[in-house]
Amino acid sequence: MSSNTVLYDHPGPRARVRNAVLTVVFSIAIAGLLWWIYSKFDEKGQWEARLWEPFTEPTTWTQFILPGLQQTLMAAATGMVLSLVFGIVFAVGRLSDHRWVSIPAGVVVEFFRAVPLLLMIFFIFYGVPFLTQQPMSAFWSVVIGLTLYNGSVLAEAFRAGIHSLPRGQSEAAFAIGLRKGQVMQMILIPQAARAMLPVIVSQLVVLLKDTALGYIVAFPELLQRGVNDLGANYGNIVAAAIVVAAIYIVINSMLTMLAGWLDRRSKRRAYRISKTTTVPMPAVAQVGGAGEKAGDD
Amino acid sequence: MHVFTDPVNLDAYLSGFLWILKLTGASALFSLVIGVLLAAARVSPIPVLRAFGAAWVNIFRNTPLTLIIFFCYFGLYTTLGLVLSDDLNLNNYWLGVLGLSVYTAAFVCEAIRSGINTVNAGQAEAARAIGLTFAQTLRIVILPQAGRAVIAPLGSVLIALCKNATIVGTIGVMESSNVMKDLINENGDAVIPIFLVFAGTFAAVLVPTGYFFGWLANRLAVKR
Repeated sequence: MSSNTVLYDHPGPRARVRNAVLTVVFSIAIAGLLWWIYSKFDEKGQWEARLWEPFTEPTTWTQFILPGLQQTLMAAATGMVLSLVFGIVFAVGRLSDHRWVSIPAGVVVEFFRAVPLLLMIFFIFYGVPFLTQQPMSAFWSVVIGLTLYNGSVLAEAFRAGIHSLPRGQSEAAFAIGLRKGQVMQMILIPQAARAMLPVIVSQLVVLLKDTALGYIVAFPELLQRGVNDLGANYGNIVAAAIVVAAIYIVINSMLTMLAGWLDRRSKRRAYRISKTTTVPMPAVAQVGGAGEKAGDD
Repeated sequence: MHVFTDPVNLDAYLSGFLWILKLTGASALFSLVIGVLLAAARVSPIPVLRAFGAAWVNIFRNTPLTLIIFFCYFGLYTTLGLVLSDDLNLNNYWLGVLGLSVYTAAFVCEAIRSGINTVNAGQAEAARAIGLTFAQTLRIVILPQAGRAVIAPLGSVLIALCKNATIVGTIGVMESSNVMKDLINENGDAVIPIFLVFAGTFAAVLVPTGYFFGWLANRLAVKR
């Protein structure tokens, strides 16, 4: 359905009255809900100025929020680069003509998509030191976990993108004498990456959000510094959580808007994914589209 | 494998996955109900409802789940005094279900909305032509078809929910990831087998679930 307005008629006199009444009723209900939340907060003294004052002081930002944000962004950026590399390598591996490459690559991708990220991070942080006899840094536990998980999801996205390309693309490339590696590298991957750009960006939002798991292994990222430590210092955990949530929402909304803009832009281009191809939708990729089999082998 | 021959550890392992199942089950139910209502709100003729649905999706989809769960415990429970059960374990469980449900509902809503967009416009036009109201159109004509189109995406949401249930361990529910962490700390000589058993259990359940939803989606797809 192209537009939601198809679902209902253009309102006539009666429908306009009914919509107006419903608008008022729901507005009152939502206002009532917000008022209830406000008064509950008020009851517990959560609106006291001393809880919100810290956010007007520069030291709060320079000591807690900004260093946390910096760590979050650093982990996210490192994870993004590594998971893109991981994704391309394993997508190509899974598409390999050699079964001894494609089967292990498939197993790795399916495995890491199915294992909860927290389990991975716990294993890397608490388990690997027993094997290496060396402490594991929280930063790398988080980054490696993020890479394995998001890289596997991206591998599936790349693979779906490559499957979505018309066969003529690779046939023509083989016809002019390119080898399989060259066809992948010069013809298929660039187009697949472009076709899948919105999905890839959406997955990067997931990656950024998942850095918050670093809190669990005491990695000083935004949730740890901005909510836990800040809240412990000023006793304003609710206020801190609201401020930090707002920061996350702003950053992720910008990334989501970027994905939407790329999507609209790619729709105007000549080569785009045809509507009939099964492609993991951005909304699905956002939660980690494990288990969705995109494209046929 | 000596770790899992010890009945204490075996019990911990089983109860860890039982918590995951309980969290997944309850949250799946609540998030499905909330998600369908949100999707209906987002396509409704009333702007206030559309705005409410959009706000919910934007807020919860862009906030890390860890922060939501954290807030459920330290914000709602510790600071604001919301108590969902007198039993401390059950209270944490319900706080976790609350956080998982409001978070997952945003993704369910978006999946269903994308499903509504796959239904042919002619279907809604025909429904309107025979005089059905918006609610009837949605309930009788659109949602049943949209539902069949979103089986695979909803399957992915369910799988993600199951994996996300481990995050509730943050607030003290002894689910699988917490159990695994404790077992690793107590049995440093067997970290690989412990990890493989826990990760393998998730993989053994979730990979086939994914393929099952893919198969189901193909089977029930509305052929156009």
